[in-house]
Amino acid sequence: MKDKATAKKVLHLIKPYKLPVVASILCSLISVCAQLIIPYFSGNAIDFMLEAGKVSFEDILRIIGIIALVTGLAAVSQHLSAVCNNKVTYCVCRDLRNRISEKFHTLPVSYLDSHPSGDLISRMISDVDTFADGLLMGFTQLFSGVLTIVATLILMLSLNGFVALTVILLTPLSIFVAKFITSKTHRFFTEQAKIKGEQTALINELIEGQNIVSAFGFEDEALGSFDEINQRLEHTSLFATFFSSLTNPSTRLVNNIVYAAVALISSLFALLGTGITIGQVSIFLSYAGQYAKPFNEISGVITELQNALTCAKRVFDLLEEADRRPDPENPVNPEIKGSVELKDVAFSYSPEKKLITDLSLKVEPGKRIAIAGPTGCGKTTLINLLMNFYDVNSGEIIVDGENIQNMTRHNLRSRYAMVLQDTWLSGGTVKENIIYGKPEASEEEIISAAKAAHAHSFIKRLPQGYDTKITDDNLSVGQRQLICIARAMLCLPPMLILDEATSSIDTRTEMKIQDAFAKMMKGRTSFIVAHRLSTIRESDIILVMNDGKVIEQGNHEELMEKNGFYARLYNSQFEE
Amino acid sequence: MKHLIPYFKKYKIQSILAPLFKMLEACFDLAVPLIVASIIDTGIAKGDKDFVISRFFLLVLMSLLGLLSSFTAQFFAAKAAIGTATGLRHELLRKVQSFSFSEIDRIGKSTLITRMTGDINLVQNGVNMFLRLFMRSPFIVFGAAILAFYVDRDLALIFVGIILLLFVAVFGIMFVTKPMHKTVQQNLDRVTAQTRENLNGVRVIRAFGREEKQKEAFENINGTLLSSQLKVGSISALLNPLTYIIVNAAVILILWFGADKINNGRLFSGDIVALINYTGQILIELVKLASLITLIARSIASMGRVGQILDTESTMSYGELTEEKNYDEILSFKNVSLTYEGAGAPSLSDISFNVKKGETVGIIGGTGSGKSTLVHLISRFYDATEGEILLKGESIKKWSKSTLNRTVSIVPQKAMLFSGTVKSNLLYGNKKASDEKLREALTLAQAYDFVKEKGGLEATVEQGGRNLSGGQKQRLTIARALVSDADIIILDDSSSALDFATDAALRKALKSLCNQKTVFIVSQRTSSVAHADKILVLDDGTLAGIGTHDSLLEGCDVYREIHESQFKKEVQR
Repeated sequence: MKDKATAKKVLHLIKPYKLPVVASILCSLISVCAQLIIPYFSGNAIDFMLEAGKVSFEDILRIIGIIALVTGLAAVSQHLSAVCNNKVTYCVCRDLRNRISEKFHTLPVSYLDSHPSGDLISRMISDVDTFADGLLMGFTQLFSGVLTIVATLILMLSLNGFVALTVILLTPLSIFVAKFITSKTHRFFTEQAKIKGEQTALINELIEGQNIVSAFGFEDEALGSFDEINQRLEHTSLFATFFSSLTNPSTRLVNNIVYAAVALISSLFALLGTGITIGQVSIFLSYAGQYAKPFNEISGVITELQNALTCAKRVFDLLEEADRRPDPENPVNPEIKGSVELKDVAFSYSPEKKLITDLSLKVEPGKRIAIAGPTGCGKTTLINLLMNFYDVNSGEIIVDGENIQNMTRHNLRSRYAMVLQDTWLSGGTVKENIIYGKPEASEEEIISAAKAAHAHSFIKRLPQGYDTKITDDNLSVGQRQLICIARAMLCLPPMLILDEATSSIDTRTEMKIQDAFAKMMKGRTSFIVAHRLSTIRESDIILVMNDGKVIEQGNHEELMEKNGFYARLYNSQFEE
Repeated sequence: MKHLIPYFKKYKIQSILAPLFKMLEACFDLAVPLIVASIIDTGIAKGDKDFVISRFFLLVLMSLLGLLSSFTAQFFAAKAAIGTATGLRHELLRKVQSFSFSEIDRIGKSTLITRMTGDINLVQNGVNMFLRLFMRSPFIVFGAAILAFYVDRDLALIFVGIILLLFVAVFGIMFVTKPMHKTVQQNLDRVTAQTRENLNGVRVIRAFGREEKQKEAFENINGTLLSSQLKVGSISALLNPLTYIIVNAAVILILWFGADKINNGRLFSGDIVALINYTGQILIELVKLASLITLIARSIASMGRVGQILDTESTMSYGELTEEKNYDEILSFKNVSLTYEGAGAPSLSDISFNVKKGETVGIIGGTGSGKSTLVHLISRFYDATEGEILLKGESIKKWSKSTLNRTVSIVPQKAMLFSGTVKSNLLYGNKKASDEKLREALTLAQAYDFVKEKGGLEATVEQGGRNLSGGQKQRLTIARALVSDADIIILDDSSSALDFATDAALRKALKSLCNQKTVFIVSQRTSSVAHADKILVLDDGTLAGIGTHDSLLEGCDVYREIHESQFKKEVQR
């Protein structure tokens, strides 16, 4: 049932390519028929050359002419159908991938946060491939396979019913043989996959931890446990590989026996002179060979089609995932001031685990709010809410006097500049990254932003300066962070969201970053996820978080006086 | 390739018998058209019913024999291929274990992992198919041509022609499309990279309102992929029609010239049927051969990559020394410099210092200042490129590997645990340690409480310790080092994932050890090293200062700067 729904969606995908699909089906129809008719004609030709001196050259010439013509026709239609298939397959791939890419931009952030990007990428890449290859190629194979079987049947029956029956009844045996072997070997393959998984995990571990293995002198033990798995793998692989390699010879045996039976029966008919000619014996023999082929392929095609449908379902599931709440129809656009107010906000990622309840907070323009707490306490949750990456469950967030749900997301987000600890940069050049939020920026603006972010001096020293392509490893984490700051510096709106660096950056680079942060924060409303107590101490409001909840709120003095969680956290810094 | 030869030798019998039995099977395949010809020419033409029946049984018998020889061949091929892969995997791991840091850095861990998994699988597949098909396919192609000569010398010339033409068509198209397939793969990789970028950067993209631009960039790359796919597809689509035309042209020629020969009484109609059958067999085998060659080429490339690793020699050798003599300093660096392979500038230059037994030494400096490099020299992950390191009065290179392992124990920056139990991980430190000793180490490392919560020493540790938090992993690796009874313990920024309170408790506990052990503490925080007997301040690979917290605050600018950046109180802005 589910497959049916999926199939319907697949048809919808193919719709724009109606013409090539129809052309492909027509061409493969022509080419299959043409291919089948040729043995028929060459058999006929043989009947005109049975005995010395009695060869009819005119008839042979006529048949040869037909064969040449049909060959040409078959070749052209074969090529056309392949080209059409390619066109449909690859275009459907492209369309699907474009749709997925578009989908990524409209899905709620919560979906992307809760689904590992590896899984989403594999839907985009391998699932789309398997789907398009399997479904479209599988379909054409199935189509031409069934066509071949039907056409051969008709041709054979028209020649001699008895011989035809022999072929029809015996050939499917090969499918049973193949099925039997596959079902018997399945166990070994599951086992093999399991051991391989185990082995890969161990290899990963041993190579990742090679320095530890070596430093503690554990090489022999490690090799020993590896060998144990390796031996088990050898044993199972041998069975899996050997038994599965029996399929082809076994089906070939069945086909060969059918072939022999056809040779026997048709020859006996010819011998008795009951309407079978020598040429027809040869026709039967070549059909007996051809008839088996689609049968042997079809079981493979069906598995492939099933795979394709599974992949298609995964892709469609992604495409049909609910989009984020749409932007309001009549969005408001309040004057930009930089005030933020949270009113009785409640939020949690899952209903079972309540996180934020009744959070109220009023921030005047230009104030600094620090979000503090131990690692993993959920400090990013607030950023998610402020930027409207997530919607609040209840209550409201008011920016510049308006509920943020009444603004377009674009409008809301353009009021903030954001620097996260995760230093994401796009694949382009340094310059392209700095102008990310303001593509029309002038050269001077770019350089002054980079200078303000303390990034200019190192960018200048890069091989191509501002035009250096950013790769995964040509910049240090600190340098990437500085570029992110320059990116934010270039379009400085009245509100900031900053995520302070932790240990991955050395303290002197960090000082530069601090300095850049300080410049940015001057006169702007800033929310800063703070790790350093000095930053926290100087903020106007400190939100202390633990286990995802805001547990204390106030300025440094108030909180120290309260002698609660914050005070304990602060004092532990100075313990010896 | 040379690494495969020992395995072919080891599986000599299998490597010879597998192709031989495949050839035997091919012989049976080749004989079929001739038998059919004899049925037509002798059986039907002369009306000999018994002859036809006897040939039928001959055909069945040959199919059965073909099946048996095929089974035998598949078994031998599988045995040799899988045995080879198993052996290669073992060799490769042993080789990797002999590597020092320099080799592993140069080659890269992920590369090593793919070589051990994907590449070796491809080699296994390649050997298997090679043994099965490399004799069979050419044998059938040439065998068919030779048998055609046996049937009729003149008509056989057609076979020479079609073999050549088919060969050109099949391999020509393969040759032309190969680089194009590569382009398609590259384009697909770019689509993957773009997808990853969009997913990982979702917050930034949305914050800057760049959704449309990112979408356009993706569609561009995706469009490039499409056109490269269509291009290679249209050429590959030529293969079937081309070969089809060639084979049928041969059929036409055989029919035309054959008819003439029959008319002259020099050939029988059954022979024509046999020759037409051979053209079909040749086509099938050539196509198989083409895909076999692609597969073999891929596995040769894989074998080359595996061989590259096997040919790499470790640059590090160990001495024989196991006994220690009297010494003044447990460790001393004398004008030590280190330049990483391929690096332009030294990572450490001209470092000299001495450490006495029982001292606690702090090492501080910014990222990239050489802190980790310095402690890696102490555990001899690398060798100094200049200068000398003395461990217990002897050059560090003179000690045997096991003695060195027993003397120096490191807690690496990135906590690395192995799947197993807490206990099996702790035993890395000392294979013979008692449970009591393990518990003691856990307590010192502030790990006893959470281990007890998770089920004690037998608690499961999943691969890479992923069922533990960052802080828990760090504490377990500290405990592991404490179990080892080593004289020197190195903590390489090992408390970065701990909160302030746990970190402080850990420092307190370690202090109690300090009289027996020499402890190196690498950190970015002055608070972590302030109590050390000696602090080494590194700046850009050089020793910027050495002394106690107070003396450095007084006399070392870099140290003061670091300290002030963390305790802003004193900073005047």
